Amino acid sequence: MFREMVRYFMAIGVVIGALAVPVMADHIGDAEKGAKIFKKCASCHRVGEGATHRVGPHLNGIFGRPAGGAGDGFRYSKGMIRAGNDGLIWELDKLEAYLENPKALVSGTRMSFRGLKSHQDRRDVLAFLRQYSDNPADIPEASPTAAPPEVVLSPETLALVGDPEYGEYLANECTSCHQRDGGDAGIPSITQWPTEDFVIALHAYKVKIRVHPVMQMMAGRLTDEEIAALAAYFKDLE
Amino acid sequence: MTLNRRAFIGTGAAVAATLSAPMVMGAAHGKPRVVVVGGGAGGATVARYIAKDSKGEIDVTLIEPTRKYYTCFFSNLYIGGFRQLSSIGHTYGTLAAEYGVNVVHDWAVGIDRDAKTVSLAGGAVLPYDRLVLSPGIDFIPGGVNGWDVSSQNKMPHAYKAGSQTELLKAQLESMPQGGTYAMVAPPNPFRCPPGPYERVSMVAHYLKVNNPTAKILIADPKPKFSKQALFQEAWGTHYDGMIEWIGPDFGGDNVTVNADAMTLDIDGEETKVDVCNVIPAMKAGRICELAGVTEGNWAPVGGHTMQSRIDENIHVLGDSCSQGDMPKSGFSANSQAKVAAMAIRGALTGSKVFPAKFSNTCWSLLETDDGIKVGATYEATDEKIAKVAGFISKTGEDAALRKATYEESVGWYAGMTADMFG
Repeated sequence: MFREMVRYFMAIGVVIGALAVPVMADHIGDAEKGAKIFKKCASCHRVGEGATHRVGPHLNGIFGRPAGGAGDGFRYSKGMIRAGNDGLIWELDKLEAYLENPKALVSGTRMSFRGLKSHQDRRDVLAFLRQYSDNPADIPEASPTAAPPEVVLSPETLALVGDPEYGEYLANECTSCHQRDGGDAGIPSITQWPTEDFVIALHAYKVKIRVHPVMQMMAGRLTDEEIAALAAYFKDLE
Repeated sequence: MTLNRRAFIGTGAAVAATLSAPMVMGAAHGKPRVVVVGGGAGGATVARYIAKDSKGEIDVTLIEPTRKYYTCFFSNLYIGGFRQLSSIGHTYGTLAAEYGVNVVHDWAVGIDRDAKTVSLAGGAVLPYDRLVLSPGIDFIPGGVNGWDVSSQNKMPHAYKAGSQTELLKAQLESMPQGGTYAMVAPPNPFRCPPGPYERVSMVAHYLKVNNPTAKILIADPKPKFSKQALFQEAWGTHYDGMIEWIGPDFGGDNVTVNADAMTLDIDGEETKVDVCNVIPAMKAGRICELAGVTEGNWAPVGGHTMQSRIDENIHVLGDSCSQGDMPKSGFSANSQAKVAAMAIRGALTGSKVFPAKFSNTCWSLLETDDGIKVGATYEATDEKIAKVAGFISKTGEDAALRKATYEESVGWYAGMTADMFG
């Protein structure tokens, strides 16, 4: 439980914490340290002059690029294409959230990377990658609109165990669109997710890190107990 | 008796779906009884949820005249050629066979609120402990000068899906080259606020391919309409010059039609038209009036339970009720039905009741792979169902997002109809 709490806190709290303080572009992090950390990424991603797609897309110009928008025929996951269609742009906060926990931001992403748990590591890698993006000129000032409202999730909240009966009632609202049998044409399946992924995803919509407008609206009024209840219900739905 | 009935329902879908009314009456013995009038987004959903969640403790009877129900939502896509009519038709076999709902194909013609009974056109009288009315809409007589229900075979409304929709599509397809398609749009409030304008988009899509010199004329009594900026942007982009919208400033609220001469008179100026799609002013389905639960044109309800303000043993769902901020849509009716189902189960069996929550989203198709949406969430206050938050598609969105929005609507249709019919 403690591990889950910590990961969860990092997924939401740290990202928000990072945004609460305005940071100048030059001070995203330490690009030299970031170059070393990037070696973890380099087995799949290339960056710099002449970089091409490998297992993952090249990362030149990643800042400000729409999700799924590298071009040159790179084959993205369905989840990444959907996120891009929903309007996900790789701004600083989104990149940091993705590096922290890829699946919390984009369900079904093929980036099978556990994430960088250290806030400083993420900032350093992004400072390194920033050197290969021309636009926007000044990232934090150019993209402040994505800053989510300040939310503090207490450990008590994070430790909540959902009530599946309440979840079943609340789920009635979900199943007007999401198919109960797990069908995913047009609208993603939400059944049988691991509880943690489900909870993180809904909180990410709630604080508007995830971008889909319907889901931001639906999650926006769910309490922490309700999110836990929904996660508990959908987890076991056959 | 009870055993027989259980076994009977458990075995045959087709048979159960055509149960005759007297057998239903005989069976309802000892258990609380819920009768639902209307098998659309509100009625089918409430019947399914009560039957499913009460696990046999409540006897549910659904009264719906048609054996095959065509959804109004997506019927415009049939007009545009994006769907087959058969793909929006649904039957009640699963509700009967898998959920144990007594489905009776008949008209409800009277309600005795003191005796708590519903009488059917076929002569049966069904007792209820709770009654749910979800009959959709009817038209206000005299709403459009020169039009009454007897004109509907010449000037179809196509605002109840099925044969009317087929007729309108057939008329569209037999228009002469360069002909005129006219629509008389309804005043507020009415079923499916973006519906007339999505329909115009679908008609334009058809004409652009098959009859590109044809014109579309909309006479509208409203100064503005749902998703207006989005529709008008699309009409300019996709169908430039084809569609003329005439609002009340130019006489769109002063209209007379002549079904025999096929003319449309707007503010004294008569036009000969080839198709005239008249969507008249609306009111609650007639059974609500017969039950005496209407005030003005609609049936007022409280948002916490969807109970009638006039009779606490009656719940009114969907287009027929006046509840506050929710638009009249299938999605709204489905959302309201779940709140009502919970409240009814709570009242009849003591099951847990949670606070009411509502939501709505309406997708509209503008042109191939160009979808938009509008939606909101709602909560119940003592006064009404009140809007909490909302969103709407933006003008100038890129093609990939619009395509994804359309695909989302197709996914929604599958989810929604599964939620209604099982």
